[in-house]
Order: sequence, then C-alpha cells, then structure tokens
Amino acid sequence: MSNSMDDVAKYAQAFFIIGSNTTEQHPVFGTMLRRAVRFRGAKLVVADPRKIDITEFATLHLRQKPGTDIALLNGLMYIILEKGWEDKTFIEERTENFDEFKATVMQYPPEKVAEITRVPVEQLYEAAEILASSKPTAVLWAMGITQHIVGVRNVMDLANFQMLLGNMGKPGGGVNPLRGQNNVQGACDMGGLPNVYPAYQPVTSNEVIEKFGKAWGTYERGKKKEESDSFIFHLSSKVGLTVTEMIPGIPEGKIKSLYILGEDPVMSDPDTNHIRHCLESVDFLVLQEIFPSETSAYADVLLPGVSFAEKTGTFTNTERRVQMVRRAVEPPGDAKPDWWITSEIAKRVLFHLSSFDEGKGERRRIDLEAPWAKWDYKDTSAIMDEINALAPSYGGITHARLEAEERLQWPCLTVDHPGTPILHTKQFTRGKGKFMPIDHVPPAERPDDDYPMVMSTGRVLYHWHGGTMTRRSQGIMQVYNEALVEVNPDDALKLGLNGRDRVRITSRRGSIEAKAWVTERVPPGMVYANFHFPEASANELTHASLDPVAKIPEYKITAVKVELA
Amino acid sequence: MINIKINGQPIQAEPGKTILQVAKEHDVHIPSLCYHKDLNPTGNCRMCVVDVKGGRTLQAACVTPVWEGMEIETNTEKVMQDRKLTLELMLANHPQDCLTCDVAGDCELQDLAYEYKAEVPAWGAKGTRYAVDSDPNPFIRVDMNKCILCRRCESACAEIQVRDVWGVSSRGFDSVMVAGAGVPMLEARCESCGQCVAYCPTGALSNKMNYGVARAHQVRKVTTTCSYCGVGCQFDLQVKDNKVIGVHSNPNAPVNGMALCVKGRYGYDYIHHPDRLVKPKVRRYLLEGKQKSDIRETIFDTRKSNIELSNVGSPWAWVETEWDKALDIVAKKVAETRAKFGADSMGFLTSAKCLNEENYLMNKLARQVIGTNNIDHCARL
Repeated sequence: MSNSMDDVAKYAQAFFIIGSNTTEQHPVFGTMLRRAVRFRGAKLVVADPRKIDITEFATLHLRQKPGTDIALLNGLMYIILEKGWEDKTFIEERTENFDEFKATVMQYPPEKVAEITRVPVEQLYEAAEILASSKPTAVLWAMGITQHIVGVRNVMDLANFQMLLGNMGKPGGGVNPLRGQNNVQGACDMGGLPNVYPAYQPVTSNEVIEKFGKAWGTYERGKKKEESDSFIFHLSSKVGLTVTEMIPGIPEGKIKSLYILGEDPVMSDPDTNHIRHCLESVDFLVLQEIFPSETSAYADVLLPGVSFAEKTGTFTNTERRVQMVRRAVEPPGDAKPDWWITSEIAKRVLFHLSSFDEGKGERRRIDLEAPWAKWDYKDTSAIMDEINALAPSYGGITHARLEAEERLQWPCLTVDHPGTPILHTKQFTRGKGKFMPIDHVPPAERPDDDYPMVMSTGRVLYHWHGGTMTRRSQGIMQVYNEALVEVNPDDALKLGLNGRDRVRITSRRGSIEAKAWVTERVPPGMVYANFHFPEASANELTHASLDPVAKIPEYKITAVKVELA
Repeated sequence: MINIKINGQPIQAEPGKTILQVAKEHDVHIPSLCYHKDLNPTGNCRMCVVDVKGGRTLQAACVTPVWEGMEIETNTEKVMQDRKLTLELMLANHPQDCLTCDVAGDCELQDLAYEYKAEVPAWGAKGTRYAVDSDPNPFIRVDMNKCILCRRCESACAEIQVRDVWGVSSRGFDSVMVAGAGVPMLEARCESCGQCVAYCPTGALSNKMNYGVARAHQVRKVTTTCSYCGVGCQFDLQVKDNKVIGVHSNPNAPVNGMALCVKGRYGYDYIHHPDRLVKPKVRRYLLEGKQKSDIRETIFDTRKSNIELSNVGSPWAWVETEWDKALDIVAKKVAETRAKFGADSMGFLTSAKCLNEENYLMNKLARQVIGTNNIDHCARL
C-alpha cells in the first residue's frame, strides 16, 4: 500500500474498491471502511462482478463482466478527461507520457465501454463523478485485480487513474493493494522472489551481486594482495523461476529438487491434477510444515516447523508495518523454529559442498571471514541485524526498537529514522510518474458451448487459503464445514436444482462436486468457488494461464459447466 | 479553555469535553460501567453520577459536557449512596455465582460491587430468568442473566464492527439484549468477531471455547501479531500451562485497537491440534539407500491405497527419525543434486506464513549456499 490503513480510513473522501472482498478477506480493515462510510460520510464505489458484503455500504456498485477491468477504468478516465476533471497541475508537475496515454483512453467512449463491461453508461458517469469530485479518493484492490493474465496491466491502469486525479502521495489517497497472507509483504521484502535480493535489489545488478558477494563471502580473492579487488563472485545473476514455473518445470527436467517451507501447492496452485503429476516426478522434495498437508503425500522428507505462537521474530503487514511476533508456548514434541531448521540445513549443505571439489558441480567456496557469511544465529534478532545491514529499507528496523513499542513502517533507513507511513509524497521512485497506455485484452479462457459459465475463485470469511489451519479449528468448522459454490437463482432454475443442493462443476482440467449456495451474490452465468477443502477444491478446475510479467495465474476466470450432481 | 472545579480543585478544561473525560485527564476517579472510551456514551447505567452545583439531580459524568464555572463533587455521601443503590439494583437481578463464573476477576461489575461494598439486597429477584448459554454460536457464550443492560455490545457491534446485530427487546424489567429480532446470532448476520464479548463488562457475553478453562489471574498474556491476513492485527494470546487457551483484544494494538475478526480471535485452536508434526519423518527408501527412481512406479501407482503405501515395510512409508539424521539426509541430497545437475536444478519455496527472519534465511540459502535465484513464495497464488 502506498498509504496506511488508518490514513485512508480517516482521510479518504471516497473509496474505490475494485477486486477486493475487503470485509471477508481483510475483515478488520473492512470494518474501518464501513465506519468511514457510516460515521464520516465517505463515498464508496465498489466494482465487482459479485455482490460482496461491502456493497451494502456502497454509494454505487458497478457489476462489470469478469475480465473487463481495463475497459472499465479506461471508460471512467475517458469521462474524467471529457469533463475536464483531471488534476492538471499534478499531471504537469509529477508525471510524463500523458499524451500517449490519453490517446489510448480516448478509444474508450462510454457506449463502447458499456458494451464490453455490461456496466450501464449512466453508472459510468455517476462513478466517474463520485471518484473525481471526492478529494482524495483512495483506490483499494486485491487479487481480483491481479489474478488475471492482464494483472500487471490492471495495476498500471489503476496507477494511471490515481495520477490522473492527482491522488498520489496524499493522506487519504494512493494506490493500495491489500496483501493477502500475514507476511506476504515480508516474504517479498526479504528476497523471497526470483528477481530480487532483500529490499528489492535486482539479481541482475553487478553492484548488488558484489554487495552480497562481499557480505556473504561468496567470492574468490585475487591470488596476490594487490589483486584483492579482482573478486570472482559466485552469485547467480540469472533471474530465477517463479512458483508457477518451478513446479511445472519438474516434468520438463528443469527442476530436480524442491525445498518447500510452509506452503501447500496441491491446494493453492492452479490445475491441481497437473501439480500432482509434477510433484510425482520430482527427485527430492523437502517439506517443512506444521501439519501434514495435501502436498506432504509427495514429500520425501517432512520437517516439523512451528506455528506463530511458538517463535519470536517479525511479520510485515500490508502497509509495510513491521511488528513483533512473540513466542508464547513451547513447540510440541521435537518441532523446531523454522529459522533454526533452515540454518542447520545450510550449514550441513555447505559442509557437503566443500567436499564436492572434483565433482561436476561448481565448487562452492564461502569465505567465513566475510561479515555475514556464517549461519550461527543465536536467535532471530541476530538475523535481523544482518537484514538491517543488507536491506536498506529495513536498515533501522531492529527488534530492540520494536520491543520499545516504536511503530515502524519501511522504508526506515537508520536507527533514528521514524519510518514512512506514506510513499511517493514528493516524487515517485523513478522520479516522474509515467502514464502507461493500457488496452483491454480479453481473458485467456472464455465461455463457449461446452463450458458456458465463468467460475471465479477466492476465500471466504471463515477459512484461510488451503484450509490447513482453519479446517483444524473446531468452532470455525461448526460454522462452515464444507465447500459452498455460489450459484445465481436464475442458473439454479435452469439447472433444475429445485431443492437439491449438490452440483458438479467441470472445466477442461477437472471436476468437483460441492454444495450449491443459491444466491444473488453472483450474477447469472457465473459461479464462485473456494479452495479450502481438498474434496472440492476450485483449483482442480483452474488453469495456469499466466500474466506474462508477474507470472500470476488467471484464477478469476475459468470456463466451466455446471450440472446437477 | 474554561475554568471548572472538581472537588474544590480549580481545573482548566477543554470546552466540549465531558465531566468524565476531564476527570480522567486529572486522575480523578469516577466509576463507570456502560461507558467505554471507544464507544459513544449512552449514559444509561448511572454509575458515573456526580453532583453538579445547582443541578436538580445527580448528573451522569459520561454524557454531561463541562461549562464555564461548573463545580463538580465526585464523592459526596449522596453520590456514593446513589451509586451503591444503582449497584444493588443490578445485583438484585444478577446471579450470585461469582464462585463459578468464568469472568470472575475480570468483571467490572464485581470490581465495583467490591469497591462500594454493595450487597445483594434481600428483595432481589430469585432464580434465573433466561436460558444459560442460550445461543448456538460456537464462539460466543450468551448468558443474559448476567447482563446489566449497559448496551456496550450493541454499541460495539454498531460502531466498531458496523454490523448491528444486537439491540434491546421489551421494556422496563423485561428489557433484554437480543440478536436481530430475537434470533440466534448467526441468523442475525453475526460475523463472530467477538467485539461484543471484548466490550462486555460482565459474564453476559463470554468466550465459549475456553469457558471454564482459566480465569484472568491464571493466564499469562503474550502480545503478538496475528497469523492470518495481511492487516497485521495484534492481540494478547492467553497462555495457561504451555497452552494457548484464548485470544484477547489488546487496546494498544497499532492497526486494530480492540477489533479482531473471527479467525484472529477464535481460529487459534489449530496451534494445539493433535495432527501437529512433532518428529522429523523420512521415507523408508532413503534409509535403505534406495533411489526414488527405482520405486517411483510403485509409490505413485494409483491402484494402491494409501494404507498399503504407508505399511511399515513399504519403501514409501514414513519413518520418524532424529533431527540429525533427517537434516543429514536433506543436506546430502541437496549437495548431490547441486553437484549433479547444477544450482538451477533446485527450487526454493519460502513462506508468506513465516517470519521475515526466516524468509531472509531461505533467500540466503538459495543464493549464498546453492547459488540460484529459483526462490519464490505464494504471493502470486
């Protein structure tokens, strides 16, 4: 998020929620938005094919056809330009490439947009007026925007939207993607991505490689003293594979072994049958988990890690706020903190690699004299010291400061830096904000005669992702104990559901049977399914069409047929 | 600023503030029950009454704004008697079961009864009026016999959760809090966030999952960050005998204050679920020095049942080992794979459920030790 949650809740005059089921997926933030609408009179425009709960509080609900977000946004921006509602000063002073962008937007007059999106022209005008006349408007989104083959383009168009209205770098405005998992922000920040080291330092940069090479001791020194600047660094400058490439890369022979920490690809990745096939063919799979999962059936080694209640360290939330996690209880049995397990594996692998001198593989030499080469951490605070030294935006975020109840949001460069609640206040990371001309592209898999309906996927309030945790929570299972598939009453009538409640949903890749929830939450022609229960997981049906840049799968649009089960 | 006097002490106060707010700022204790700083004051319990010079009756401090020249007495005999009577009226209609009540020791009514030495009057109501544990909600235990009609639950639901589940039904002595139009909470569209429980000053609304497990003074509190979504709510884990037995709001939580959702407040019992992995496990073939390629066809033969595969003798059966053994097997395999197929033949999936520090180490393992950038996590999924 460019802004903070309390900031947008307090200062936004309007919210534009597109592709976020906020009250179910970020429930406490959802209540902050409800409060802003009810008690402060903030306006709310929701754009979502589904009648999600927060639409009850909406000034206006746009029910666009799935996969037409760009057309919708361009249509709104067309009206804003037509009416002269854009922020001319902001565009002039803080942005570039406006003319090229404008030429594209001008291809999206309201009538054409209404045809593509099925949102009536009057509603387009109404929405544009609310969002342009409320200063500032905060844009909020989640996976409904990103899980498309045009995920990156969707996000860029939202950035265009906020630059056009001059809502960037201001309290109550900004571009605000809501991060899903408790520490997905932190996993990205810490270099858990194939293209960047911690704090988004690119793997392709020689400077970065040299920095980490020297810190981690992954180099060979020049033979003579005077050659000491001629290091050879053994860090890869090749961008790695994403999760959506790694697992499908197994049968292709690209990937031979996998080390998975706290993740359940059989439940969470698209096209489960194919994932199973891939995991069957891997040479060696190490899974570090707190529970046996659907994926553990394919693991060669299962290592017992611990839950958040059994370890101390930090999580980073969706607004870049770093907060302490504290050990409350002892781990069960022989389970160990995950940082300990990874360190032990690292130490032992280094020992083995040093003995593979003559093997085919490249010899791994680590200079243990280098400042951060070693793996002998006594606790996570010692690991944070290393992060402070190597990840600039975390430079000043120490356990000591957090324990002293300092509230820190990165970037926080030094120990006396107060942190940064709002990004891009003076300028963008690249200097001027660049408008990008973005065109509508239809989704990868469209309904046809064989698979006439559209399925979208996501979570529900009561469950969490693959369900490993929440399916083991007694009270939660009392309230929600099996997968429910949302079916529109019109479709239920056509199906002849007539009191029966089981449906079979089939895509080109698989089939599931689940209980139908007949509800107007979904429009006719659309069903909504979750992936919380292995016996009826939506991911049996989804497909691995990826955004070309972000490699994110198009979970939100799968062509399916629905029958009585 | 305006000038007022509290108990004869001249005080400068901000206009628009209530007597209770100004008194709190100046460390003058005025008891309250229905008042909570997060909620709009309703002035209905009358515990915070004070004597305002010139006033016809005692005034509720939580809803009376200060004015220039106001003179307030907070602890005269009249005020103390009035508050005591208010308490006695509540106790007259409240079960006398503090000995077994779950919230004893964490009950604002109990604390005030103690402070004011209020006894249960002889003329009090006899017996219970409502079913105990009357709502099927799996998280929230409802016992309206203990309700003092402070209506904090109603305010918390309307003002914090903005869901409007609670309201008052009937009049006078028959007044009672109901969900919706007197239906089970979930039918009244309750989201089971437990905000009403967190704000309830008595045992009328309590947590069902740990009912009878521990009282406030028997638990240790550990402030931590939630493990579910990216909002990053903080709360206090309630710990007894090395077990997390509950989650309580921590009013100082930076993001959420007292608010939590159903998963954060009530989805904690997975922590101690019997399925937890407690020992490293390896497939038998690894201990027998076999190669996976030799046994792959047998193990992934779909005609074989899981039971058959997990037979002790099967090469694919799990064998529990010590850490040393498991870690050595992993390290040796990883080193071998790297030697044979190169660093980029290995993939690392780190975890958005784990700590920053742990994610950093996964990045270091992939990049420093192995030398590959094949590292990712579920951000895309």
